[in-house]
Amino acid sequence: MKAFTELYYELDATTKTLPKVEALTRYFLRTKPEDSIWAIALLVGNRPKRPVKSSDLKAWATDLAGIPEWLFGDSYSVVGDLAETITLLINSTSDKVSEISLNELMRELGAMASLTDAEKKERVLGYWKTLAPQELYVFNKLITGAFRVGVSKLLVFKALSKAYQIEEKVIAHRFIGNWKPTDTSLLDLLKEDEFLDATSRPYPFCLAYALDVEWSALGRIEDWQIERKYDGIRGQIIVRNKELFVWSRGEELLTDKFPEFEELKYDLPDGTVIDGEILPIVNGKIRSFNQMQKRTTRKALTKKILQEVPLKMVCYDLLEKDGKDLRDLPLQERRRLLEEVVTNSKACNSSLVLAPLLSCNAWEKLDQLRNEAKAVGCEGLMLKRKDSNYETGRKRGKWWKWKVDPYSVDAVLIYAQAGHGRRANLFTDYTFAVWDGDVLVPFTKAYSGLTDKEIIEVDAWIKKNTLEKFGPVRSVTPHWVFEIAFEGINESPRHKSGIALRFPRIARWRKDKPLSEANTKEDLLNLLHATQ
Amino acid sequence: MFLQFDKDGIYCAQAGVYIDPWKPVDKAIITHAHSDHARRGSKSYLAHHDSRGILEYRLGQEIQLETLGYSEPVIMNGVRISLHPAGHITGSSQVRLEYKGEIWVVSGDYKVMPDGITTPFEPVPCHHFVTESTFGLPVYNFPDAATLDADLKSWCCKNLNAGKSCVLIGYSLGKAQRILSSLHDMPSPVILHGAIYNTNTALGLSNERYTRYAAGIKKTFQEPLIVVAPPSVIGSSWLRQFEPYELGVCSGWMQLRGARRRRNADMGFVMSDHADWKGLNEAVLATGADHIYVTHGYKSIYAKWLTEQFGLDAVTVDTLYEGEALEQPDTETTEEEDEAA
Ligand SMILES: [Zn+2]
Ligand SMILES: [Zn+2]
Repeated sequence: MKAFTELYYELDATTKTLPKVEALTRYFLRTKPEDSIWAIALLVGNRPKRPVKSSDLKAWATDLAGIPEWLFGDSYSVVGDLAETITLLINSTSDKVSEISLNELMRELGAMASLTDAEKKERVLGYWKTLAPQELYVFNKLITGAFRVGVSKLLVFKALSKAYQIEEKVIAHRFIGNWKPTDTSLLDLLKEDEFLDATSRPYPFCLAYALDVEWSALGRIEDWQIERKYDGIRGQIIVRNKELFVWSRGEELLTDKFPEFEELKYDLPDGTVIDGEILPIVNGKIRSFNQMQKRTTRKALTKKILQEVPLKMVCYDLLEKDGKDLRDLPLQERRRLLEEVVTNSKACNSSLVLAPLLSCNAWEKLDQLRNEAKAVGCEGLMLKRKDSNYETGRKRGKWWKWKVDPYSVDAVLIYAQAGHGRRANLFTDYTFAVWDGDVLVPFTKAYSGLTDKEIIEVDAWIKKNTLEKFGPVRSVTPHWVFEIAFEGINESPRHKSGIALRFPRIARWRKDKPLSEANTKEDLLNLLHATQ
Repeated sequence: MFLQFDKDGIYCAQAGVYIDPWKPVDKAIITHAHSDHARRGSKSYLAHHDSRGILEYRLGQEIQLETLGYSEPVIMNGVRISLHPAGHITGSSQVRLEYKGEIWVVSGDYKVMPDGITTPFEPVPCHHFVTESTFGLPVYNFPDAATLDADLKSWCCKNLNAGKSCVLIGYSLGKAQRILSSLHDMPSPVILHGAIYNTNTALGLSNERYTRYAAGIKKTFQEPLIVVAPPSVIGSSWLRQFEPYELGVCSGWMQLRGARRRRNADMGFVMSDHADWKGLNEAVLATGADHIYVTHGYKSIYAKWLTEQFGLDAVTVDTLYEGEALEQPDTETTEEEDEAA
């Protein structure tokens, strides 16, 4: 717990990548694998269930602090974080260093679920009364199940790769999908043979940066494969051992949501992994993203909805063929094999569609293609070097996306204000935030973009979920993610976030996105630096 | 009521005097020189001796100002008025008013914990006590001066050894002087933002060991620097010239992680000129007053607590003093707003 607390504070103290990786690497090097596996789980968001109800924690902390219940509530709403509120109220003056390891602690917390309330209370108070302030805070973060640090999976994998001398790509692959720290041994996971029987495991997705360089930096246009950029769910279709798995980019297993792919397990050869975009397509036309959401947010898939919004995968890459990892082959070669696999399949042109390749002989003419893409329901273009391998995660240089709406960011609604005129009684002016570590920082306002129906829905929700009122402004429980489109980004000392967006507008309400998947301040700063 | 909270300030009709008025009046008693308490335009002012320089600097050399020592009474139309140390900043005073055996005390802003440079707070027994409540929540428990000193120094040493400058942010009147006193034996060059340099001069403090900021100053030094500046520079491009640097923000608000993150601080030092939760409760109880008037801060929460917990007659009163400006969403903070913290 001592090493983990130090790691937590080191990660928290910087927003820069390099020191984060260094801190993580040091941690993995000096910590036993059984502790590291927990740290990895906590850092990548693979958290165990909360062992104690937060209402109990509140009651015990209120008791210990000797304050009335309402005062706890008022304190909590000012602090905004349960673990921090409890830590501050306990106001520990201990300077002891705890002996318990992270593994022991997490297992103890896990086992707590089966204890009686009185026993739970005794255990928790035992920690509260002895832990020093920093460990107490981390402990409370763990026990309230709200553990979040500003570290991406990629950074964790990079550090693991350094500490264990295994290729980053391999590590990323092994940690994908479902694994539990309670029954996973880090060393086993890192051992090659243990890994082979992981039938369902997808490959980490290769992601593109938004195009921000001159054409001249890209060289000859003939060296690039040009595709449309689709606005659906990025996914991998995997067939291994006559089983089918459909993964989303968010590493969710969505096989059951897409019965249209069911037959592929008999159709595609074993050991096939296709990368593509899942989209509603009717009579060759791409339907809107809203329709897609209607389909994916539905709990029960009725016949009606399946008929109304049929899905297909637009295939653009082949990552595995006959059980062999193709990611190091050049794209051109992968594409050839992809065409072979798709056209040989019975599903060709029914549930599987090849992404068309566009041709263009001069960079200057590309703009027209981009606008045409918009007209057929796409977001813009993808430029991929024909000789590119399939990278792990987001890398610059080999793949670019060039959208019609140049930029967008997924942000969390945190403040709202009533509109003017016709909308004076509705909350229509919103302030949005992005993550900065585990805190949401406001960075932009955005007005238009929602339908009237959506505005009314958001308004009703705001009225029910107001945390505090500051004059005309209300702060609301962070819950909804919205996609904010904008034309540009600038540095701005006048804004607390240090940045200002040009022409921000709400592109859509991302009801499908969990809070944790909103963008981070770091993303915005990276974008800022990339565009300068 | 002997004291009224009217549209211009806290008014004593019997003595014909306002305490910390926010509109120009004839006669004003000023508890301390922070700009939400000491405003321009009144015909005459009364304050503590130690506030003279800074009040003249801020309100103008031409103001009509009379000063007193602590516990030196003056009589105004039968009201016995005296000033008592509030421990907030240099010259800060509680105002005691006694008339026909009834005693009122207006605390202004106060801090109970000694900071090593301000005359320590003294409880003044009274019947009616006007208290601030800037940090009137049980989550605010501040470290003592020795702990802060040690934290500040070790943070600076760590950065300087790593070849980085240390930019410390604190309001120019109060916090800046405490930072400088904590770091008085650091061997690195200390650069002061103009606002702080001038404030030091007005307070009669020596700037001998410091260098006043001027454009291009970074080039005249080879080694990493200690820079002390007011909150207004946060987020400005002014800071960039000190790269590589670490940013340390000194404020009571730094107790909360959210505030630290919002201010972009690499490090937050919980340094406040105000009483923390424990300090407020000690101070209120030490007066022995039955009637408590709670002003700027978490006033309704704190008044409710005093009523329920100690059976006091505690009410909130509206003033224009600023206590929590830092925490409002979407307001562009100015130096003035930061002042109360
Ligand atoms: Zn004040
Ligand atoms: Zn003040």
